[in-house]
Amino acid sequence: MDNNDIGMWGILIAVIGGAIRVSTPFLFVSLGECLTEKSGRINLGLEGILVMGAMSGYGIAYLTGSPWLGVLVAGLSGCVLGSLHGFICGLPRVNDIATGIGLMLFGTGLAFFLGKPFVQPKAPSLPAIPFGFWSSSPQIKAALQVNVLFLLGIALAFAMHWAFRNTRWGLIVRTVGDSADAALAMGFSVRTVRTLATAAGGFLAGIGGSFLSLYYPGSWNESLSSGQGLMAVALVIFARWRPLYCFGASLLFGGAGALGPALQSVGITSGYYLFNAAPYVLTLGIMIATSSTKHSLAGAPGELGVIRA
Amino acid sequence: MSESVVDLAAPPAGITSVPEAEEADRSKGVASEPLTGEPLVGALIADTGGIGAAVAVPAAPGFVMPDALKRSAEALFWPLASLLVTMILFSLMIALLGKSPIDLFRLIYVGAFADAFAWQNTLQRAAPIILTALCVALPAQAGLVVIGGEGAVVLGGLVAAMVPGALGASPVINLVAMALCAMVAGGIWIGLVGYLRHSRGVNETISSLLMAYIAMAVFNHLVEGMLRDPASLNKPSTKPIGDANMLGNIPGIDVHWGLSYGVIYCLVLFLVLRFTTTGYAIRIAGGNVRAARLAGLPVGRLIIGSCFFGGAAAGLAGMAEVAAVHGSANASLAAGYGYAGILVSFIARHNPVAVVPVAILIGGIGAAGGLLQRRMGLPDATMLVLQGMLFMIILTAETMYGRLKIFRPAGA
Repeated sequence: MDNNDIGMWGILIAVIGGAIRVSTPFLFVSLGECLTEKSGRINLGLEGILVMGAMSGYGIAYLTGSPWLGVLVAGLSGCVLGSLHGFICGLPRVNDIATGIGLMLFGTGLAFFLGKPFVQPKAPSLPAIPFGFWSSSPQIKAALQVNVLFLLGIALAFAMHWAFRNTRWGLIVRTVGDSADAALAMGFSVRTVRTLATAAGGFLAGIGGSFLSLYYPGSWNESLSSGQGLMAVALVIFARWRPLYCFGASLLFGGAGALGPALQSVGITSGYYLFNAAPYVLTLGIMIATSSTKHSLAGAPGELGVIRA
Repeated sequence: MSESVVDLAAPPAGITSVPEAEEADRSKGVASEPLTGEPLVGALIADTGGIGAAVAVPAAPGFVMPDALKRSAEALFWPLASLLVTMILFSLMIALLGKSPIDLFRLIYVGAFADAFAWQNTLQRAAPIILTALCVALPAQAGLVVIGGEGAVVLGGLVAAMVPGALGASPVINLVAMALCAMVAGGIWIGLVGYLRHSRGVNETISSLLMAYIAMAVFNHLVEGMLRDPASLNKPSTKPIGDANMLGNIPGIDVHWGLSYGVIYCLVLFLVLRFTTTGYAIRIAGGNVRAARLAGLPVGRLIIGSCFFGGAAAGLAGMAEVAAVHGSANASLAAGYGYAGILVSFIARHNPVAVVPVAILIGGIGAAGGLLQRRMGLPDATMLVLQGMLFMIILTAETMYGRLKIFRPAGA
C-alpha cells in the first residue's frame, strides 16, 4: 500500500480519526444531558456550560501547568452552572427551556468575559495514546491518536448504562424522571434528585468543554464551540435516552462533521455544509418518524415535559 | 395529583393552633415544590403567605386597587425589580474587578440612549430583534415554545436577496416583493414546525432548533456555492441587490424602515390577539388545547397559523437586514438576532406590545458594548454577561407572581 496516496481509504481513515477526535465533546455533553433528562428535566444551557468549561479548563491548565487539573476545574465550573440551572428550574412556574437559553447566554458571556486574558497564551494540552503504532502510514497514525478522555467517556457510557439498571441511585433517577408521583410516594425528594442530576450533567458537559480547549482544536478562543452543547439535546433524543447509544450517536455526529473536511482534502469541496447538517436532518427525520400525537417518544422519561406532545 | 400530596402533609386543621398551622402550611409549600407547574401549588403557597408574607405591605384602609390595575402593576413590578437586582449583582461583579459600577451604568446610558447617535445605534439593533421576538411570542400565545427564529431570518434574507435579480421591476415593487417573499419563506419554515407539532406530535422546541441548523447549512451551501457572486472574494455573498433597491431611512430619526415594520407588526398582532375572535381562539388554544378542541376551535389551523405569522416576522427581519444594512445575503445575517428574540419575548412575557420597549432595552445594552470596551477596557462580552444575568433573574422572578399580597385580586 502506498503511504502517500491511499485514495478513498484515506477518506475513511480521516473520517474515523475525525470521528474519534470530534466525538469526545459530543460524548460527554450527551452523557451529561442524558443523565439530566433521565431525571425528568431538560437543560438547553449545556452550550454555555461547555464554553465555560473550555475557558476555565484552559485557564487553569495555563496557570498551573497541569491539564488534568484544568479538566477537573472545568468539570467543577460546569457543576456550579448546572446547580444554578437545577436550583432555578426547581422553583415553581419557572420555564426550564427559557432558563436553559438564559444559561447558555450567561455561560458563554461569562466565559468570554473571564477568558479574555487566555486567548493568547498556550496552555499544555492533554496527552494522547498512539494506538496507530503498528502502522507505518502517517494517516493511520494520526487517525489513531486517541485521547484519554475519549476512553474515559466510553467507560463512563458503560458505567452509566450499568448504573441506571443495577444501582439504587440509577433507579431513583429513573423513577423521578418517569413519575414524580411515584418518587414522592416512595419518599424521594424530586427536586433534590433533579438538581443533583442537573449538577452532575453540568460536570460532564464542563469536561466535554475542556477537551475542546485542551486537546482538539486545542486552544481557547471565542469561536471554539460550534454548537456541540446545543446539539446535546438532539443527540440524546437520537440516542433514545440510552447512554450506550449516546456513544454511537456521538461517533456518528463526529463522523458526519469530519466527512466534509475529509472530502475537501481529496478535492471534493461542494456539499461541505450539507454534510455537517446531516445529523440534524437525521435526528429530525427520526423524530418525525417516531413521534405521534397519541403517545410520547419511545424511551423518553415520562416526566420530560418537552418531549410530551 | 397534588391534592393527595397536600392531604398527606397537612395536619388536621382543627387541632393545630394558628401559628403552627401556618408553619405546617409553609413546610407543605416547600414539600410540594417539586411539583412545578402545578397552579394549585402556587396558589397554596400564595394563600398561606409563603415568602410573600414577610414582604407584603397591607394596602391602606379605604383604598382598594382594582384587579386589572393590580395585574398590570404586578406585571410591571417584577420585571423592574429583576432589573434592579441584576444591576446590583452586576455592580458587585464589576466592583470586584476593581472598576466603578457607577461609571459602567453611566456609560451604558451614554452609549445606548444619551443622544441621537446612540439612539440610532440602539434602534438599528432593536429593529430585527422586535421581529424575531414575535417569532417566539406569537407561537407562545398558541402554547408553543419555538426557538428556531434564526433559521427563518437567514432564509428570509436569502430569498429577499434573490428577488430583485429575478424580478427586475421598479424599486418599490421590488421591495414589496422582497418583503412578501421573505415573509412567505420564513412563514413556511416555522409553519412547518407548527404543522409537525400538530399533525405528528413532534416537539416544536427541538424541531425548530434542528431546522434552524438545517436552514443555516442550506444558506451557507447556497451562498458559498450556487448563488455566490463571483465578485465577493473575501466574504462569500449573493449578488448585491443594488443601491436603487435599498430600503431607506425613516425621515427624522435616521433609522431604516425595518424598525417601522416591527412596530406595526407588533401593534397589529396586539390588536388581533386582544380584540378579535381569532386572537381569542389562539389564546384559548395556548391556555388549554383540550378545552379549545372541546369548544370546536380549529386548533390545527390556529397553531400552524400562529407559527406561520411568527416565522413571517422573522423572515421579514432577514429581508430588512438585507435590504437596509448588508445589501446582499451573507454570513453577517446570522448575527444571533433569532436568539436575542427569544430573550426579548420571554422578558416581555410574549406580549407583542411589551416586545418593543424590551427589544429597545436589549438593543441598547448591545449598542453600549463598544463604548465600554473603549472607555473602561472591559471586554465586549460584558454586555453578554449582563444580558444573560438579566434573563436568568427575570425568569426566576416568574416564580414570584401571585406571592405578594398587595397584587392579589380581591376575591382570592
